[in-house]
Amino acid sequence: MPSLPIRSAGLAWLLGVGLGLGLVPATLAAQAPPPPSEAGDVPQGIQVAKPPFSPGIFPCTNCHDNKTLKPNPKRRVLTEMHTDIVLNHGPKTRWCLDCHDLNDRDKLHLVDGEKIDFTVSYRLCGQCHGAKYRDWREGVHGKRIGYWNGQKEYFLCVNCHNPHSPHFKPLKPLPPPMHPEQIQAWKGGAR
Amino acid sequence: MAVLRTFASFVADSARLVLKGGRLYYAWIAFLLVLIAVGAVAYTGQLREGLIATHMRDQVSWGFYIGNFTFLVGVAAAAIMLVIPAYVYNWEPIKEITILGEMLAISALVMCLGFVLVDIGRPDRFWHILPFIGHLNWPSSLLAWDVLVLNTYLILNAFVVTYLLYCAYTEKHYVKKLVLPLVLFSIPMAVSIHTVTAYLYNGLASRPFWNSAILAPRFLASAFCSGPAILLILLQILRKTTKLRIKDEAIFKVAELMAYTMGFNLFLTAAEAFKEFYSNTQHVVYMQYLYFGLKGHYALVPFAWASVLCGLAAFILFLVPKTRKNWITLNIGCVLIYSSVYIEKGMGLIIPGFTPDTLGEIYVYRPSLTEVLVAGGIFAIGFLVFTLLLKAAVPMMLGEFTHTKGRDRFKDAVSSAG
Amino acid sequence: MTMEQDPIPQPESCEGGCDVSRRVFLGAAVATVAGALTGCGDISAEDFLQRNFREMSKQEVQETIARLEREYKEQFGRDVYVGNEPPIPGVIFAYALDLSRCIGCRRCVYACVKENNQSRDPQIQWIRVLQMDKEEGVNLEHDTAYYDPPEVPAPGHFYMPTACQQCKKPPCVKVCPVGATWREKDGIVVVDYNWCIGCRYCMAACPYGARHFNWGEPHLPADELNPHTHYLGNRPRYKGVVEKCTFCIQRTRNGRYPACVEICPTGSRKFGNILDPTSEIRMVLEHKRVFKFKEDLNTQPNFFYFYGV
Repeated sequence: MPSLPIRSAGLAWLLGVGLGLGLVPATLAAQAPPPPSEAGDVPQGIQVAKPPFSPGIFPCTNCHDNKTLKPNPKRRVLTEMHTDIVLNHGPKTRWCLDCHDLNDRDKLHLVDGEKIDFTVSYRLCGQCHGAKYRDWREGVHGKRIGYWNGQKEYFLCVNCHNPHSPHFKPLKPLPPPMHPEQIQAWKGGAR
Repeated sequence: MAVLRTFASFVADSARLVLKGGRLYYAWIAFLLVLIAVGAVAYTGQLREGLIATHMRDQVSWGFYIGNFTFLVGVAAAAIMLVIPAYVYNWEPIKEITILGEMLAISALVMCLGFVLVDIGRPDRFWHILPFIGHLNWPSSLLAWDVLVLNTYLILNAFVVTYLLYCAYTEKHYVKKLVLPLVLFSIPMAVSIHTVTAYLYNGLASRPFWNSAILAPRFLASAFCSGPAILLILLQILRKTTKLRIKDEAIFKVAELMAYTMGFNLFLTAAEAFKEFYSNTQHVVYMQYLYFGLKGHYALVPFAWASVLCGLAAFILFLVPKTRKNWITLNIGCVLIYSSVYIEKGMGLIIPGFTPDTLGEIYVYRPSLTEVLVAGGIFAIGFLVFTLLLKAAVPMMLGEFTHTKGRDRFKDAVSSAG
Repeated sequence: MTMEQDPIPQPESCEGGCDVSRRVFLGAAVATVAGALTGCGDISAEDFLQRNFREMSKQEVQETIARLEREYKEQFGRDVYVGNEPPIPGVIFAYALDLSRCIGCRRCVYACVKENNQSRDPQIQWIRVLQMDKEEGVNLEHDTAYYDPPEVPAPGHFYMPTACQQCKKPPCVKVCPVGATWREKDGIVVVDYNWCIGCRYCMAACPYGARHFNWGEPHLPADELNPHTHYLGNRPRYKGVVEKCTFCIQRTRNGRYPACVEICPTGSRKFGNILDPTSEIRMVLEHKRVFKFKEDLNTQPNFFYFYGV
């Protein structure tokens, strides 16, 4: 996923076609009929952060090199590595290789077998969460920072939702406001 | 030039009249000056610290000051209670006390302006509200209207009182063609100051407690009770302490009129309560807080019922001719009416408007010591103005003191002082 | 969607012909007296005489801003930029808040305080997060702003942050006796902190508790000061004046998102130009069902609440 600062929808369209990536901002979809393939899949703006890998874990092929560590497609409970990962995402039958690619661990795969980068993991999420995916592309769901009238940075699904356990984690709230009875003149001394 | 010279001596003689008095008079003045001094010290503290010296906060952003302001606007407006019968029906017994009503209005307005001044956060920017010099947001802001009508009413009353006294001083009959239109004009002005003040609150959709169509009528009805209540007591004092003759008939007539307005006031209050409690929408919470308490907060409840009971008792006392014409029950009735309306149009109006606040929070507001002392100072200023006005006016009204008569009293003063 | 024109006409500026010297001379005398009388001892003649922001000429605005920057530098010992960026043509700002996402963590409250230089003590916060009962819905009889569980969201509750709703028909503007607050062409309701007399009529008129008063001298430590300010926004305030949310005017007029939008960990806060059909805010209006807080009061907020689920 190239980091394109998209200011002009038209320019982006040309660039997208020219690069053969079928890049089109979601905003254009309303005016022009959406082209086939993954057109309209890419949100407006640029990605804010890398997918939230644990430190030192990527690229996965450092270990999963298919030579010293052979791929094992057998559905099982992991006992040697990645034991910290608790999978709490949908049906009990789901497991690692439903999303991670068996032969190329630096990639994810879609249900049709297409391999995708971790940076476009939203396409994977969007397979099941279609409505949410649409909201996210339009900026209705999820978080964006930067410029409301210009270059935006967007957060990936996985920046907020742990893909293995996607429920948003509760937070400690910051302190409540002072009661009016407690609000008194500042006594901290001379400024 | 001759007129100017006479007027100068009118002012100088008035000042002399004011400075000369009995022991009781001096004690009273000294008492007021002490209250004013204490209030001034408290206000200096408030200026230094800011309005944080009060117990007002964002949740209850107006309090004791604005409550007193509202009540006193009613007192000021009530002067018309006496002016209407006197001039419209030419009813003689009341006519001579009209000027007293107008002086009461002046004093009440001085207090009103004082309460507004101490309530604003930036008194140094007072000039911003002056038309042409500053930026008066008229006609959009009801507060702009209030500034205009209150000041017009103050100037009008001050002029009429000064003119009538000046005529008495110079032993000339006042020019009816000048006075009558002004006095007649002061009638709609009086109605308008209280109506505009009611609209000030009434127009705020954010505060359902005030956003009621009968708020302005309620203001007028209660004002017509409280203003005369003060006057009736005052007239009796004046009858005792001066040679001013005020007929019993006049006092009883005013008391009778007060019975009707108090009855009407109670009826309007009941109408409001019925609408809120029977329809029982979410807007009922404010009146619930006032009369029954809300979520464990009962700060206003005793006051609210005291107001209702005082009003009812006074209504009965003034309605029954026997108790109306009995001086003891009459005076009890006056105190009851004054208390009832003071609670209802002061704290009983302002605080429930803000409690709960627009986001549902209950902050139990009680005035701070600063607020009480500053308010005491302002009341003292009002009483001082009224006392001084009376002191100068009564001998002139009686014809005891003019530019030719009664000057010997100053010689006494000089000799006794020497 | 009604896109109303700003109902408040911009008054003609008084181009230079205002007899400045006489005013300054008289003002110096009056300011000294007023300062002494009102306990605001250190006000200068220029402070005292400063006119309503909307009635100043361009030159007067520049001079005023230069003076304010000087005063702030004296006060805080730091350079403070006071901006004067005008509304962007063709832009009316709007805000949408997703009630099904907000977890009530109050990150927005403190990001706002930091960005907008609110007084730390006495405490002033422009955003108030209300905890509601799920069984009651949006019901102000069953809310509290003082919740403090170890973790949010607390079971059985949802959260509704409130702040200025930037009404198209703002009651606060209507009632101000001196025209110290008004709605800008981009829909932001602003206050001239140097013109406000502190009568607090606007606070009585606001149905959203959005206006806050400097009851005491605002205290803002110099090292916590955000030096990038706007005249009508986050520049340091004074004792005795009213303040409120300005959609982070110092950020949004330069294209940036408001601070609360950027801090929100749940992405509940949406902001943009309601005149731009491709903006996020229009997407919310198009695809979600929105409501306006206290819509029966006809204040017509440019602030929408929605349920993003």
